[in-house]
Order: sequence, then structure tokens, then C-alpha cells
Amino acid sequence: MTQDRAEFRNTIRGLAFISPWIIGFCVFTAVPVGLSLYFSFCDFANVSPAKPPVWIGLANYREMLGDKILWQCIGNTAYYAALTLPLGLIVALGVAMLLNAKIRGLSIYRTIVFLPSLVPAVAAAMLWLWLFNSKLGLINLALRGLGWSDPPSWLNDPNWSMPALVLMSLWGVGNTVIIYLAGLQDVPRELYEAADIDGATPIRKMWHVTLPSISPVIFFNLIMGIIGTLQAFTQARLIMPSDGAGPARSTYLYAIYLYDNAFKGMRMGYASAMAWLLLLAILALTALATWTSKKWVHYGGK
Amino acid sequence: MSSTNTGPQSISPATPAQNDVAMIAFPQTGRRRGRKPKTWINHLALWLVCAAAIAPFLFLLTTSFKTLENAMLYPPQWIPSPFRWQNYTDVIASGKTDFLLWTRNTLIIAVLGVGGTVFSSALVAYGFAKVKFKGRTFLFAVMLATMMVPFPVTMVSLFTIFRWMGENTGIQWLGTFKPLWVPAWFGSAFNIFLLRQFFLTIPDDLSEAAKIDGCSEFGIFWRIILPLARPALTVVALFAFMGIWNDFLGPLVYLQRPEQFTLALGLQNFQSQHGGTPWHLLMAASVLVILPVIFLFFLAQKTFIEGIATTGMKG
Repeated sequence: MTQDRAEFRNTIRGLAFISPWIIGFCVFTAVPVGLSLYFSFCDFANVSPAKPPVWIGLANYREMLGDKILWQCIGNTAYYAALTLPLGLIVALGVAMLLNAKIRGLSIYRTIVFLPSLVPAVAAAMLWLWLFNSKLGLINLALRGLGWSDPPSWLNDPNWSMPALVLMSLWGVGNTVIIYLAGLQDVPRELYEAADIDGATPIRKMWHVTLPSISPVIFFNLIMGIIGTLQAFTQARLIMPSDGAGPARSTYLYAIYLYDNAFKGMRMGYASAMAWLLLLAILALTALATWTSKKWVHYGGK
Repeated sequence: MSSTNTGPQSISPATPAQNDVAMIAFPQTGRRRGRKPKTWINHLALWLVCAAAIAPFLFLLTTSFKTLENAMLYPPQWIPSPFRWQNYTDVIASGKTDFLLWTRNTLIIAVLGVGGTVFSSALVAYGFAKVKFKGRTFLFAVMLATMMVPFPVTMVSLFTIFRWMGENTGIQWLGTFKPLWVPAWFGSAFNIFLLRQFFLTIPDDLSEAAKIDGCSEFGIFWRIILPLARPALTVVALFAFMGIWNDFLGPLVYLQRPEQFTLALGLQNFQSQHGGTPWHLLMAASVLVILPVIFLFFLAQKTFIEGIATTGMKG
């Protein structure tokens, strides 16, 4: 009896503490996600004063199947993710490994590597617009110095616009480096000593000790990376011509097209259907990553 | 946060302290002879990485002190001459931009948003970490899952809701700062998660003692846990500040009149209106936007780096 009452009081207490999140979850997440499901079946113009949404069934989804621009955006976003995720992993992990050695001046190196990731997106965009300037920019200055007499005009060349975007995102890879560095410093030294005794080569140590030990960190960054790249918006929108679409729509990312449909094309219903597809894609890819992780993520020093 | 490895998910069998003991007892381990050439290569590689990280900053800085004609020279001058401080006063005070107004707007949102994020996330994290109740595990899982719902998914509906409110209830949110800071008072999943992990490492003895002395649950949270969690709260405050300082899409969706623009929106607007040509001013403005963040970073460098490291570790 008293046990029950104590439990009941604890439940009230606990719910009271988390009540801000419960309210926020309902108002700012659950209701909007639910509403956008409803809107996705409607013809709903973004005009003021608002007109009520009109039910049109699956028409938005059917239109998406045949929307060539949408498919181009999906392709662009997939291309962006396919370049950024592995390159980001390799660069961040590589730099973290360089930093993980016992060397002098480590904290200075670490700070310098980290600094670019602090730069606010808009400032970074202004800076990279300038760096990518085909005549005067630092990038092409360096490339000409290396003997490439006719370097690309990055932001205006459909073949080089996406690599430009990826290069820019790699510059901000510093905080991932810090996360990997912390992971590397947590790898038990005994494992390396045991490997040394067994006469393992550096490559085998890397493959059989380092990577398995930090696989939970890689997994965490992979999930965050998937969620981040699928919703990428700001960088492309800020540095690419045509409000982010880029030359020949080569950097037209999914989130930018979604924004354009909602707030430029005034098609809230269609944008809602796109929002739902985005949500489903994130859920599916996260589930897929989690499912494969059973094969390659090792928890607890196994 | 705390660099000691006492977290509940601490996975390595050897704590750092034990490793230090090993280092003292066996100073040979990890420092073998013949390591020198490798260290040299390591330094060289790091030099290259750092050069790549730093060069854009230098280009930014020099351009910000040039006249526009000098900024357009090829090959570029590395040391600007004449050295033009005036670009900065041009950006701030000449009326070419509304820089001070944008800064004021961003700071208003930042103060309200950071305060809200820290307070509400701490409150919710305490509930998840320290109060045992039915359904806690389930609700926590739901909270983590919300991290998979990014803003582009909800922005259409939120915009519609706020517009509906304005038209039908007279509560005007669109075209005000409210959509940008009010949600912060309802906790943010990532920060709640971070703080919960930290609270879990605080032993219960103190709060038990306070409870016996008649302290309320909120009193324990306010007087005992929060002071102990100061480093973690600093990390959350820094993340929240950077999030608001960086945010572009939020203001783009919700703000309409130029006098409400934030720094991000104002700067972008200035750039697009001038076709991106006044590079010297754009670079000076960018330096001004970066400076506060760099300043905060150096003020709390250790907390910052440890906080970011923790985000990955406890995942």
C-alpha cells in the first residue's frame, strides 16, 4: 500500500521533471509530423490568409514519382552523402591518428585542426565563396602554383560544384576529429602490447585492434552523418548560384528543393509529402546502419 | 566534461589512471628506440593538415584589411597595403549594413534560447537520470528517437501552425523571434541526453542525505545537482549558443522584415544584394561574426574539447 503510494508519487515527480520535454515533444514534434502526414495528402497552397487544405489522396506522392527535378535532387543528395561520409571518416580518423601520437605541441595542433569547425555557417560560406573564386580565389591560386594552368571554376561548373561542397564540409571536420581522438585515447594499451608480443604489423594492429575498439565511435558518427547529410541545406544554399541549386542544378539538394516547394513554389502539400519521404529515408538508413552494426561494432572491449 | 572515466558506459578495462601507473612502472612501453623518423613524418603531416586548416583564415583576414581594388589584384598581396581598418568601421557603423541591429537581434534570441535550453534540458535530464518512475525507459527511447526528426521535416507544419495562430487567435509568432527561442524552453533531445549521462555519474549519497534533511526533489536538483554539473551545463550552453549563432534556416523560414534579421540572415542578404562583389566588407563582416565564437572557445577551451569528445564517447 505505502509501496504503491511511494511509486505513484515518484511517477508524478518524474513526469513533472520531464514535463517540459513531453509538452515540447507533442507541440513541436508529434503534432507537426502528424499534420504534415495529413497535408501530404492535400492540395495546400502557402498563401495568406490561409486557405484550408483540400484532400487529394495520393496525388502528391504520384507526382513525386514523375518529378524529374526531385529525382535529380535525390541523386545529388545521395552523391553528396556518398562523398562526404566516407571522406569525412577517412580524413577525420587519419588526422585523429596523427594527433594520437606522443608528440610535442599536441594541444596546439589540436586547437588549429578544431578551429575551422567553430566558424559559423554563414561566415564559412562567405569565406568559401571567396576561396573558390575562379580568378582570384586561394584554391585556384594554389592549383595554378602546383602547375594546373586551367583549374576549374568550381561554383559555376556542374562537374566541380559538388566536389567544392564536399571540400568545404571537410574543412569543418575538426569536431569529428576530436571525437575520434577521444575514442583512440580510450583504446586499452594492453591490446597494443599484446599485439606487439604477437609480432603484429602496424596495419594488422590498425585492422584488428584500433578499428574494432573505436567501432562504437565510428557508428555514432555514421548515424549523425547520415542524419546530417540528408538534411544538408545551409552550405549549398549559401555558396551555390541560383539559391543553392547550383550550375545545371548540380547541387540542388533534397532539403533545398523541399524549402523551395514550400516557401517559393507555395506548395505546402507537396513539400509535406517530401518531408515524409525524408523522415522515412532517415529512419530506414538509420535502421539499416544499426542492423549492419551488429556485424562490425564491438562494445565492451571484446 | 569530466575526463575521468567513471561513466556508466565506460568500456575500457584500464582506466587512464592505471595507464599512468603503467607508464611510470614501465617507462619503455610506447616509447621505443628508432621512433624518431616516424615522429618527424608525423609532424610534417600535421603541419600540412594545419596549413590547410589555417590558410583560409589568413586569406580571410588579409582580405578584410584590403581596399576593394587591392582585393581584386592577382596574384593577391598577403600583407595588405594600404592597411584598411576602415573596412570594419564601414561594416559596423557606416550604414552600409545593419550589422549592429543584426547582432542585437541574434543576441536577444541567443540569451533567451540558451537560458531556456540549459534550464529545461537540465530539468528533464534530472527526471530521466535521478527519478525512478514507470515508463521512464520508454520515454527516454522516444526522446532519443526525436533526434532523427530534423527541422526540414517539421518546418512546413510549424510554419502553418504559427500562421494559423496569427490569423485565428491573434497570437503573432511569424515574423517575431518567438519560434526561434520558445521551443528551446522545452528541452532539446541531444542536450538532455548529454546532461543525463553526466547526472548518472553523480553519486546518490548527497541527494539521499538532503532528502532525509527534508529537502524537496526540486531543491536537490537546484541546490545539489546543478552546482555539481557546472562543466556539463557550460558545454550545453556553448552548444546552444553556437547553434543559434549559426542558424540560418530557422530565421529564413520565420523572419520576414529586414529589421528582424539575425547576423546569418543579414549577412547573406547583404551578400546577395551586392552580387557578392564587396569582398573586403564581406570578409570583415565574416571576421566579426567568427570572433565571438573563437573568443568563447578560448575562454572555455578545455570544457569545450572535452564536451565534444564526450558527445561521441557516450553514444
